[in-house]
Amino acid sequence: MIEALDLLMSESLWAAVLRIATPLIFGVLGALLCERSGVLNLGIEGIMTMGAMTGWLTVYLGGDLWMGLVIAALAGALMGLLHAGLTVPLGLSQHVSGLGITLFASALAYYLYRLIVEVGETPPTIEPFRPYAVPVLSDIPVLGPVLFTQTAPTYLALVTVAVLAYVLARTPLGLAIRMTGENPHAVEAQGLNPNALRVGAVVAGSALMGLGGAFLTTAAFNSFFPEMVQGRGWICIALVVFASWQPGKALVGALLFAFFDAYQLRLQTVVEGVPYQLFLMAPYVLSIVALILVARRAEVPEALMAPYRRGER
Amino acid sequence: MTPVLELSHITKRFGPLVANEDVSLRLGQGEILALLGENGAGKTTLMNILFGHYEADEGEVRVFGETLPAGKPRAAIAAGVGMVHQHFTLAGNLSVLDNVMLGSERLSRIGSDRRAARKKLMAISERFGLPVDPDARVSKLSVGERQRVEILKALYRDARVLILDEPTAVLARPEAERLFETLRGMTQDGLSLIFISHKLHEVMAASDRVAVLRGGRMVAERATSETSSSELAELMVGRKVQRPVRQDHAIGAPVLQAERITIVEEGETRLEDISFTVNEGEILGIVGVSGNGQGALGALLSGLMAPTSGALRLNGADVGQLGPRGLIAAGAARVPEDRHAEGAVGEMTVWENAILERLRSAAFSRFGFVRRAEAKAHARELIQRFDVRGAGPDTRIRLLSGGNMQKLILGRCLATGPRFLLANQPTRGLDEGAIAAVHEELLAARAEGAAILLISEELEEAVQLSDRIQAIVKGRLSEPVAAGEADARRLGLMMAGVWDTQDAA
Repeated sequence: MIEALDLLMSESLWAAVLRIATPLIFGVLGALLCERSGVLNLGIEGIMTMGAMTGWLTVYLGGDLWMGLVIAALAGALMGLLHAGLTVPLGLSQHVSGLGITLFASALAYYLYRLIVEVGETPPTIEPFRPYAVPVLSDIPVLGPVLFTQTAPTYLALVTVAVLAYVLARTPLGLAIRMTGENPHAVEAQGLNPNALRVGAVVAGSALMGLGGAFLTTAAFNSFFPEMVQGRGWICIALVVFASWQPGKALVGALLFAFFDAYQLRLQTVVEGVPYQLFLMAPYVLSIVALILVARRAEVPEALMAPYRRGER
Repeated sequence: MTPVLELSHITKRFGPLVANEDVSLRLGQGEILALLGENGAGKTTLMNILFGHYEADEGEVRVFGETLPAGKPRAAIAAGVGMVHQHFTLAGNLSVLDNVMLGSERLSRIGSDRRAARKKLMAISERFGLPVDPDARVSKLSVGERQRVEILKALYRDARVLILDEPTAVLARPEAERLFETLRGMTQDGLSLIFISHKLHEVMAASDRVAVLRGGRMVAERATSETSSSELAELMVGRKVQRPVRQDHAIGAPVLQAERITIVEEGETRLEDISFTVNEGEILGIVGVSGNGQGALGALLSGLMAPTSGALRLNGADVGQLGPRGLIAAGAARVPEDRHAEGAVGEMTVWENAILERLRSAAFSRFGFVRRAEAKAHARELIQRFDVRGAGPDTRIRLLSGGNMQKLILGRCLATGPRFLLANQPTRGLDEGAIAAVHEELLAARAEGAAILLISEELEEAVQLSDRIQAIVKGRLSEPVAAGEADARRLGLMMAGVWDTQDAA
């Protein structure tokens, strides 16, 4: 028992929380941006897989790590464009299109990987992002090793939270995106084009999802394998609801989930006699509990999943 | 007068349907123009062309002498045209200020100048006498307040010409009167206005000039001071429309009796100790300002609410606890208040809606299967007998106009020859022609001996149709007065809650 509490005091646990949270932060922000404009993007799981593969492949073929991130974001954006094309101008079911994209992008990612890369006994590896100690700040006791000794994409994720929060809340573009998710007729009546805003939001959101995937192969691990996203995309979809569609709360949600995950991993080593599968389940169970407690008050964007056609009510 | 706005030779087709044909219109500086026409006459289409929601097939729009590019709301806004849509274009989850600001700043701006926006909004709000709380969430506002936000949105974008599409459709009378006062004030400030309406009394009261649309064509233009309600009614419908007149006849025995009914729901008293009787061949009118218990009364008589205390008797039998199906079986028919929500299932066909209440009857089902042929024949009969236009048995009912949908619902009720009929706001939102048709059917049912309870917010309608009238105020009912003794003053007092109560309860 004492050991379990001791774990909570260790710096390595909290550093791990931030590391585990990073792909979730990108993913949840991406999903949130799509949904704020009124489009549910269930392609997230596949888009993250695609990002993981393309990011890794770029580096494997000789690009640098940052180039890998850029390519992953572009690959995500491309998948997002496909989803947006099907659901916005064509107005097809967002569920069906999203799930289709997840299946398509996951399969395509693995196919391209096998096509281009020679796989032997063990998958080939790359040299990933190394933790970067921010000068001065990383010397702060406790906080330094936790917050300021992370890899570059983690810093990028935290900055993205702030940027997206600012854009949505404080800029005319953000207001227009939010309004599109609430009532596209209002956007049209004020002389803006709701469908263009939706396509833009879905493409940008999907690029963020691609970055989330790329973190897994260029920072968390150093190789790509097909099942590596492991349902993180679905967790992000739930976290958007948990966050009431707000970037700040999305960060909290991602950190909370990551904490459960990091803690259960370490608990496995100190608590004996409990099957490890139960620990593996814990973060998901706790996420559902948190969702129930928080999400009942959540305000869903009113026009979420409602396609918009001009001149129709 | 210089024209601030000119529509010339506008034609718009939707497939084979011609919505507007060669329509020309001018609006003068500081003028209030009423665009009058029945539902489906093409009023809204015309205004949507003007605002750029639709592109006209022929013709052009000029604002302050400049031709507007077709199909671009942004250009219309920039030219100084503002539109207040009938179905508000507001986002309920966002604040008033957010709703007003949308689209007013370049999208590429890094920050948003909310302080300046707030200042400008408050200045406009004060100048035009349209008070709002900029931080209030729109979903928390009343319908009247939402409309105010809709108007402020247009004014915030510096509109000089304001178009209002059926602005009073969602407002109660006093609110509507206040709105027109505000609009009149705006013309003093140099604004010019067009409002769309099919209500004659407000056109007569609030406009300078009237343009009448019928079947997509401009049929007449009149200065309001030189025309009359009856002339406009005739121009609008294309023939003389007269509401039918109630004939005196012998009233029979009591059919429906409410005895000291109280309904308490979730701790709130919806109806308090109400009593009334509806007799054979009689229409009992219930008047009152909306929100005074009409909803609960309608629910009670539809079987959707049961009395907490007291008794509801139909032909002597207690029917208070029967529920909707039992009540229908006992001989009650209902025309609900909201025909879209409760009266009909929009996506289903006319024939399906026609037999919805009688699915279990042997006439329309056998061994658990619907007898489609009989059901469709029944629907065809209703369509013919009640003059439902623009529909066959297989038409989805959503596509019917309000008046035709209402005629079908009324027909569904009357086909069974009910002993008792609840008519809850039966003509709300209908145009003159449809109102006359509905009145005709109600009076015909009365002549055949049905007992009818009419709930209406239109005093004129209640007085025309009812034999006796009671007022509903805060869930309580006044004593009945005979229609002959019901002058406007007396009804006004009753609706304000002033009546002589014999019992000192």
